[in-house]
Amino acid sequence: MLEQWMYIGIFMVVAMMLPSIAIIIAGLLSPRRPNPIKNSTYECGIETVGPGWPQFRVQYYIFGLVFLIFDVETVFLFPWAVAYNRLGLFAAVEAALFIAILAGGLIYAWKKGALRWL
Amino acid sequence: MPLSYYLILSAIMFLIGILGVLLRRNPLIMFMSLELMFNAANLAFVAFAAYHQALSGQLFVFFVMTVAAAEVAVGLALMVAIFRTRHTIDVDELSMLQG
Amino acid sequence: MSINDFLAILPVLVVLVTGVLVMVADVFLPEGRKGIAALLSGLGLAAGLGAALAAVPSTGTAFAGMVVADGFSLFLDALFAAVGLVGIGLAYDYFKRMRLQRGEYYTLLLFSIGGMMLMGHANDLVMFFLALELLSIPLYILSGFFRARLASQEAALKYFLLGAFSSGFVLYGIAMVFGGTASINLEGIVAAVRDGSANLTFLLVGAALLVVGFAFKVSAVPFHAWTPDVYEGAPSPLTGFMSSATKAAGFAALIRLLLVVFPALGENLAPVVSGLAALTMIAGNLIALVQTNIKRLLAYSSIAHAGYLLIGLVAVNSSAAGDAVAAMLFYLVGYAIANLGAWSVVVAAEQAEGRGLELEDYSGLGRKYPWLGVAMLVFMLSFIGVPLTLGFWGKLYLFRVALESGLFGLAVIGIAASLVSAYYYLRVVVYMFFRDGEGVARRDVWLNLIAIGSAAAVVLMALVPGDLLQVAAQAVLRVP
Repeated sequence: MLEQWMYIGIFMVVAMMLPSIAIIIAGLLSPRRPNPIKNSTYECGIETVGPGWPQFRVQYYIFGLVFLIFDVETVFLFPWAVAYNRLGLFAAVEAALFIAILAGGLIYAWKKGALRWL
Repeated sequence: MPLSYYLILSAIMFLIGILGVLLRRNPLIMFMSLELMFNAANLAFVAFAAYHQALSGQLFVFFVMTVAAAEVAVGLALMVAIFRTRHTIDVDELSMLQG
Repeated sequence: MSINDFLAILPVLVVLVTGVLVMVADVFLPEGRKGIAALLSGLGLAAGLGAALAAVPSTGTAFAGMVVADGFSLFLDALFAAVGLVGIGLAYDYFKRMRLQRGEYYTLLLFSIGGMMLMGHANDLVMFFLALELLSIPLYILSGFFRARLASQEAALKYFLLGAFSSGFVLYGIAMVFGGTASINLEGIVAAVRDGSANLTFLLVGAALLVVGFAFKVSAVPFHAWTPDVYEGAPSPLTGFMSSATKAAGFAALIRLLLVVFPALGENLAPVVSGLAALTMIAGNLIALVQTNIKRLLAYSSIAHAGYLLIGLVAVNSSAAGDAVAAMLFYLVGYAIANLGAWSVVVAAEQAEGRGLELEDYSGLGRKYPWLGVAMLVFMLSFIGVPLTLGFWGKLYLFRVALESGLFGLAVIGIAASLVSAYYYLRVVVYMFFRDGEGVARRDVWLNLIAIGSAAAVVLMALVPGDLLQVAAQAVLRVP
């Protein structure tokens, strides 16, 4: 038991050592000639525009919320789908009711324009 | 691992959550602390469920997760609404009401 | 599972289905015709009330032991549906006047009422948690319904943060109870306690956390800090609804838990609940003395009344359990009627942008609008517990139960606190009748109907208190 823990300990020490050695050696050996372009934020090679903390549109947030709710509700459909063959008609009706309620929410979000990208 | 390890971790998480809500003044951080409290309970639920071999604890976690998502949606929406009129969400600056 | 399961919670289903229908219908209603949403919601609640009154209480469970439909839960169903109906009556004219008539208000109100009803039906800790969240989350949104008014937003955020905080306590308490008994079903928990397989330490920690969590919801001191702020910032019709109904829902959960699940822990929990009761009565009434804003005054008044109700909760673990619960139900009904009436006067007197809420603004209102003035007088007398009002009988029954179960100290504190409360309640009446002022009140059919109807109910029902107590006692008898 203790031996197994020791392996994990050795593994962790090695795992921490390797990258730190690499970083230290690179820091010692590499030439250091900074200029403004090198110091700017790297963004796929394209020059960056504006500050890094702009305000996002509220729309992103509404999309995120609608997604979040529907995403989490799926948690309840998954066990039902897995055990579908054993649960029978009643569970199918229940699931249909559940989806119908969610559909009500979707209609509301749709008509309120939450799904329209302006 | 024995049950007590999980319970101690869960109790620590719950306490950190409580302290976070009571001591921090940024609603977003308070909000994360609330989530920590909920997840401390979730951890206790799954630990007890495994210990008692009772599935109802795991079932409860599902419900907590969905309810927490609904709460996140409402809480963030409130904060966005406040930020848009006030440009701050610090609770100490929200002092119209006397507390 | 069968159709009978759905029949068991028919009142809840009617209300929640109406809520979904109103939500979908609302987006198809043209601007300016949003009143139809209020009408639909009212019809749904009336149907729910009918279903609750027509339902036959059963001792069995439904949905695999998740819910019950006993007399207690059906009594509360009827109470919540009725309070909800009055809540819509309060809101309709108010939001039209504030140019904020929107269907979402009624949808969320219905969801919240559905959650409260479910709280009475819950027979499983999952249902308690879901019902608690279903009733709370819509209320967080509704408190911030005045999106442009800062006080309203602030109230919503505070209510949300503290509400979720208390939910965290409830949730962790449930986890501990589950850990102690390996069950989240009330019958399973009771069985585990009875056959000695339960771990009493976990159970006690869980019960204590649950009591703390629900003490937040019923705003017992020292967990009351959110109440005055939220009551002041939220739209007045919502506050009226919330202070009547949320309190009842919180006490419904506490009664069911303490009566069914934790009788074994009575010795350990009774001192805690007694302390809460004494603190709540004293602090609620004393702080109310210095309030000058009518909404804050009524908020502290609601805290004080939670204190009186907590006396009944202490007695739930004594031999007089049945009487205690009946007295609490009676008190909740009496308080709900007087409270809704008082808030209808507040809603009538409120001007745009939250003006007209200081006691000064009530100067002369009683002489200008005698009906409103007399109604307010009746409500205040009922709050104090003056004879010939429903509030008197409510307090009488509660204090009698306290004496029967040997809680002399609490009964004395309760009576003393009621005497103190006379000062701030009567001050409102003094302002209304004996000061000169320019106060204006809205003349709206629904508001007047609620004010005068509630006042009449407070006086007339006080003539037959025994019969009402009998109804409440009948409801309790069916609790297994």
